[in-house]
Amino acid sequence: MERRTFLKIGAGTAGALLVPVFGNAIAAEELLNPLALSFKKSLADTAMDAAKKAGATYCDVRIGRYLNQYITTRDLNVENVTNTESTGVGVRVIAAGAYGFAATNSLSPDAVAGAARQAVAIAKANARLQTEPVRLAPVKGVGEVAWATPIKRDWRTVPVKDKADMLIAANQAGLAAGASFMTANLFQVNQQKYFASTDGSYIDQDIHRLWAPTNATAVDKATGKFRSRAGLAPPVGMGYEYFDARPEHKVRAAGGVTTLYNGGYDIVEEAKNAGRQAREKLKAKSVDPGKYDLVLAPENLFLTIHESVGHPTELDRVLGYEANYAGTSFCTLDKWESRKFNFGSTIVNFTGDKTAPGSLGAVGYDDEGVPAKRWDIIKGGILVNYQATRDQAHIIGEQESHGCSYADSWSNVQFQRMPNVSLGAGKQKLTPDEMVKDVKKGIYILGRGSYSIDQQRYNFQFGGQLYYEIRDGKIGQMLEDVAYQSNTQDFWNACTAICDERDWRMGGSFFDGKGQPSQVSAVSHGTPTTRFNGINVINTGRKIG
Amino acid sequence: MTILTQEQTKHICDRALSFSKADECSVAVTGSRNGNIRFARNQVSTAGLADDTSISVTVAFGKRQGTAVINEFDDKSLEKVVRRAEDLARLAPENPEFMPAVAKQDYKASQTFSAKTAAIDPDFRAQTAAYAIEACKKNKLVAAGFFTDGTSFSSVANSNGVYGHQEQTGLDFTCTVRTEDGRGSGWVKRSATDANRFDAREAADVAIEKALRSVDAKALEPGRYTVILEPAATSELLGYMLFGFDARQTDEGRSFLSKKGGASRLGDKLFDQQVNIWADPWNPDVPVLPWDTDNLIARKRMDLIKDGRVNALNYSQYWARKKGVQPTATPGNIIMAGTDKSTAELIASTKKGVLVTRTWYIRMVDPQSVLLTGLTRDGTFYIENGKIKYPIKNFRFNESPVTMLNNIEEIGKPVVIGGDEVPFQMLIPPMKVRDFNFTSLSDAV
Repeated sequence: MERRTFLKIGAGTAGALLVPVFGNAIAAEELLNPLALSFKKSLADTAMDAAKKAGATYCDVRIGRYLNQYITTRDLNVENVTNTESTGVGVRVIAAGAYGFAATNSLSPDAVAGAARQAVAIAKANARLQTEPVRLAPVKGVGEVAWATPIKRDWRTVPVKDKADMLIAANQAGLAAGASFMTANLFQVNQQKYFASTDGSYIDQDIHRLWAPTNATAVDKATGKFRSRAGLAPPVGMGYEYFDARPEHKVRAAGGVTTLYNGGYDIVEEAKNAGRQAREKLKAKSVDPGKYDLVLAPENLFLTIHESVGHPTELDRVLGYEANYAGTSFCTLDKWESRKFNFGSTIVNFTGDKTAPGSLGAVGYDDEGVPAKRWDIIKGGILVNYQATRDQAHIIGEQESHGCSYADSWSNVQFQRMPNVSLGAGKQKLTPDEMVKDVKKGIYILGRGSYSIDQQRYNFQFGGQLYYEIRDGKIGQMLEDVAYQSNTQDFWNACTAICDERDWRMGGSFFDGKGQPSQVSAVSHGTPTTRFNGINVINTGRKIG
Repeated sequence: MTILTQEQTKHICDRALSFSKADECSVAVTGSRNGNIRFARNQVSTAGLADDTSISVTVAFGKRQGTAVINEFDDKSLEKVVRRAEDLARLAPENPEFMPAVAKQDYKASQTFSAKTAAIDPDFRAQTAAYAIEACKKNKLVAAGFFTDGTSFSSVANSNGVYGHQEQTGLDFTCTVRTEDGRGSGWVKRSATDANRFDAREAADVAIEKALRSVDAKALEPGRYTVILEPAATSELLGYMLFGFDARQTDEGRSFLSKKGGASRLGDKLFDQQVNIWADPWNPDVPVLPWDTDNLIARKRMDLIKDGRVNALNYSQYWARKKGVQPTATPGNIIMAGTDKSTAELIASTKKGVLVTRTWYIRMVDPQSVLLTGLTRDGTFYIENGKIKYPIKNFRFNESPVTMLNNIEEIGKPVVIGGDEVPFQMLIPPMKVRDFNFTSLSDAV
């Protein structure tokens, strides 16, 4: 579930910005002090020795240092700059066939050994309630290895002033182009994760992510109408070079209605378009409800993929572990076992993926030390697999984990989280403009808007940021008050055309919530522009008072 | 971690303030101990306990502000955190909307602490889970749930003489009960400050009954129905709407409370006459801290909607100064007036209608009209001639809480419900509402 609580930016009425802040606020220069590798290895060995002595048959240790810098701006003002750091150690064990977990924010050998013993005690207590022992799919120890997000420029080395100036420049551009109000924010994440396990792995990872959401609001005081247009560029697993957009990073949207970005982001140019389009939305035609052929840009479809494909193929949801919170899934085991369940039309192929460069989900190894990989989830329209962790692999007859284990902090236990789940590009050469040529009555939708789906992932309703009428093969006027509502299986079976790999790019969710207590994760979804025939569109315009 | 006493936190606050060389200084010492237990598939899946204590120091030089946090309380650490905040403030850009620290406030204590809740231990949590699991096993049902409890303290002080200290407790229990074949699902949520007001058996029994009654749901055509909305069906809808009760957003023309020509709907009768909604930190059912933790302004009773009229808006310090009015403390709770009628009585007086246990995955579709979409979940029933006739399939709705509060037919007795995605403690009645807009059917159980 894309959690609203964490980030409520410029939704129109909602002004407050609620940022998930973990750990302590620190000075910017402190972000650059790393923990020594030898120190982490020694600490991990201490924990594993203590766990084994206490009776653990398996132990993994995660030493985490999580650094964040958040900058928020509104119009021409910098509202807030926050640096946070959270450091500590989480120890997970199996003892008497059950899991136990304990964590400490102290990096002393005594505290870490104490946490390990506490984890074993919890495991033994939990074992009394366990009906079946935990079964971990094998993973080969990899020794001492390292992996880092390939970045060219580390956000931690860029002066805060330069970043704030960039955001203010974007706001200025939006205001000059027609917005009444602008916000631009920058979320920067660095996760220094050290993983060690009794399988013989010592894995040091350095992970970087960025997101710069913007929002333009235009107000017409005479009519009392207001409309917003949120930014279209995705969050990424890249360095600060993301903001050095070159011409090859710019993508012309179908009909040239706006500019989109892939691999580099010109935030000022995009804010200018946002300001102009927010103003334009005030006068856009209200949609006639009915059936339309939808041409969905990756900037819109990624979130529909996240909700309707990513979440229902999480194996823990399928099994009922999330029943009390996010829900269960319509992709039940019998449908998977049949190898006949038509999730979508034959051109629909989805992969689970932890490797795509620049994606939010890319890592070298997951939080169980499993090497990152890529696998089929939907093949030729058929449900063929799920997303699994080491303790789930045997349930679906897999010999190894998919590498989907993740914890958002050293203090939380790792569990199954969504990898990048992406739609494969069409095999035939097809551009978005060529796709539009075949559409008689349709709507071209860009950007993420309102989103909602039921707890088993059947019925959904999605909005967007920009809607354009398609008539007889041509993109026409801007529309407003559009939302598409469908059933997941019907929707993916109505998928009739997918643009080729030249148009494939990723969108992403920076704060995806799951679990109780809730943990957030970040995940990307790649897709080209895709067509869906005969989808129900509702008009969302209402009058009150 | 120990919960620090008022004497201890006062000493820490005074020491920290004494180290500051800035124009002004505000400190907040907070600590919490939270326990939880999670279960699914009739087994405990995880259990945890987390402690946290820290002091946050915010200082300002002119319009430059900096904040730093530390979790140690000796003099050396306190001086370090103050210096760090000062360093950050000197480097920070000037904030044109900076507002100075508030003058001394009068905080009237509210009863936010319960010794019984503070005494909750792993056995209590395990017993809560065990009751739900055992009762479900007996009925061939499957339980999944989460119980969490917390004890915390909050101390605030600033260089103008503000000081407040209070302890808080709270618990929250949710339980989803499903039939083994997945054709029925029921749910319950209970929140309380005082564990004496929580009964795990009563709660689990509600979820069990709903699960058993919801099997073999029939499909009703989507459309406008008279609905009886239990409190968990409206709490998030009301929360969304109340985010819009902001003076700045309204005056800037970007709230549903903005009117054409630039005016606001403050004072307008926008809702049914029966609608009265207010915030009151001292309400015994949903007590909250008597100050706003963001700006330290003392909370007062605030009547947001009075006899259907928009009666008050939130003013930040900056916007209040700009408009020449008093700033407000952001409400911590939401209370809606009701009657003594039970949900059963509302059902009994209904000729044809739909009973909704809860709504889920609610998102803003259009902030101009507060049009929200979401779905019913875990217990949706058809009512005919004053009786629940049969379970029905879940609906998606597209409805504005403004319209909903205009179409009220009858109101029941308020109950406590904690927010899920909205940060309010709420005391909300079940409501009977006409013409609620269900727009499509969902196959989800």
